[in-house]
Amino acid sequence: MDVILELLSKDARITPQEISKLTRLKVDEVKKRIKKYEKEGILLGYKAVINKEMVEDRENEVRALIEVKVAPQKDLGFDKVAERIYSFPEVTSCYLLSGSYDLLLVVEGKDLKTVSRFVAEKLSPMENVRGTVTHFLLKKYKEDSIILRSKEENKRLAISY
Amino acid sequence: MNKSIVSHKVRDMQPSGIRVFFDLVLGMKDVISLGVGEPDFVTPWHIRESAIYSIEEGYTSYTSNKGLVKLRAYIANFLKKKYGLDYDADEEILITVGVSEGLDLAMRAIFDPGDEILICMPSYVSYGPVAALAGGSPKFISLAQKDGFKLTPEILNRNIGPRTKAILFNYPCNPTGVSYTKKELGALNKILEKHGIWIISDEVYDELTYDFDHTPFSTLAGAKERTVYLNGFSKVYAMTGWRVGFACGPKDVIAAMTKIHQYTIMCVPITSQMAACEALVGPRKPIEEMKREYHRRRDFVVDRLNEIGLPCHKPQGAFYAFPSIKKTGMSSGDFATRLLKEKKVALVPGTAFGPEGEGYVRISYATSFSLLKEAFDRIEDFLKKKHLQTKSRG
Repeated sequence: MDVILELLSKDARITPQEISKLTRLKVDEVKKRIKKYEKEGILLGYKAVINKEMVEDRENEVRALIEVKVAPQKDLGFDKVAERIYSFPEVTSCYLLSGSYDLLLVVEGKDLKTVSRFVAEKLSPMENVRGTVTHFLLKKYKEDSIILRSKEENKRLAISY
Repeated sequence: MNKSIVSHKVRDMQPSGIRVFFDLVLGMKDVISLGVGEPDFVTPWHIRESAIYSIEEGYTSYTSNKGLVKLRAYIANFLKKKYGLDYDADEEILITVGVSEGLDLAMRAIFDPGDEILICMPSYVSYGPVAALAGGSPKFISLAQKDGFKLTPEILNRNIGPRTKAILFNYPCNPTGVSYTKKELGALNKILEKHGIWIISDEVYDELTYDFDHTPFSTLAGAKERTVYLNGFSKVYAMTGWRVGFACGPKDVIAAMTKIHQYTIMCVPITSQMAACEALVGPRKPIEEMKREYHRRRDFVVDRLNEIGLPCHKPQGAFYAFPSIKKTGMSSGDFATRLLKEKKVALVPGTAFGPEGEGYVRISYATSFSLLKEAFDRIEDFLKKKHLQTKSRG
């Protein structure tokens, strides 16, 4: 991965000037590459990483992982069904997997009832959906390589040779 | 009359001049520290996990004096693969309590009273005192910024005397970050070879070399037979607290060092040795990531230093920069103390590493990038204020 993408993925607030200092690339070159990545759809956005475990968010209190068995459509495979499913705003992630089921969804809602209703009324009745298994999420420990807990105290001495 | 119980030898040792400053730092809260001589990373998990597992499995005994056979074999293998170095795991490698013990053993093993050892200054704090304790006579070679704090063949020639038995090398260097290319080392080695001088080479920062490949001294033509090669796991693997290092050298020297080691230390803690085994055979990815991170921070720090008007040679390794603060008109000690008190940024006055360090400070970039950024903004601010004060007074 380009060093610029790597640095941005760690800290989206890093400036082209700072990237330049860290990489010895010229500031203009950094800006040019970022523009290019944005245009090509490689850089899709910049956002904060929030520990949702610690924030009250009434609209999205409950999260569930849902396994979905799908009958693929002729010529379209899973893509069309997946699109119909991931277009619901409740679905925050959607993956196609190998193994005993096909799609894995992450669904968010304000309470158990909302999520259950989504499964019962929207997802299950879909023509190509053969079955679902819903797992409600109890606690997140680590997500996207980030360990979700408050900062650890510094264990080093503040000064040493 | 007060008769001290403490021996003359120890009484004669110079106490560290900047203990007071260190205490000041340790007593203050919310300080951003650029004064730390160890990685800001925690030991990679696979290494920690293997140590925990070894305890669960009941590995709690002594090991052979020289260290676990397995660890010595891994080291031999690693050095062979990485540097093409041939050290015999049975007779030419000793596991030590960090490089610190290796250094002490090497000096005690080779010095007779009056033997001189050359030490380049500024240097890591322990070289001089350990040499003196071991019965050697340290002879300090002053290096200057105009030479990039590098030992040159001319300076070396000038300092070799009839009693010179050994020279202590440390590259990449703490505190200056200076390292040497193969060519530079080769030129020095020729002179040392001519005079039959031994080399004690502390290469604990070896893999943290950024602009060229590190060359172990013992890989130079004819040098292996006169070199005690010291290395360890502290810096590269972020394992400072485990205290594991190793010494490699000709078998008579290693045997002599082992003799002292077996009576004084017995063996390095087995848990630490187990962890070191994993460090050598486990995944390299975390190590490579740390190195890449240091490299970037190095570039950032050098740029920022020059930007804010503290001239700095480009350090080629370790995680230190050693800029000059002479322009501020302050002494190193004053600079560090005022920066600490006024801006809560800690760094180490150059004088901690010998009188040659006056006019310089050591900045450690073993600190997260966000803290580094903040620290440099504060230093910049400090320098501006200082500038205004001098102006208004003048």
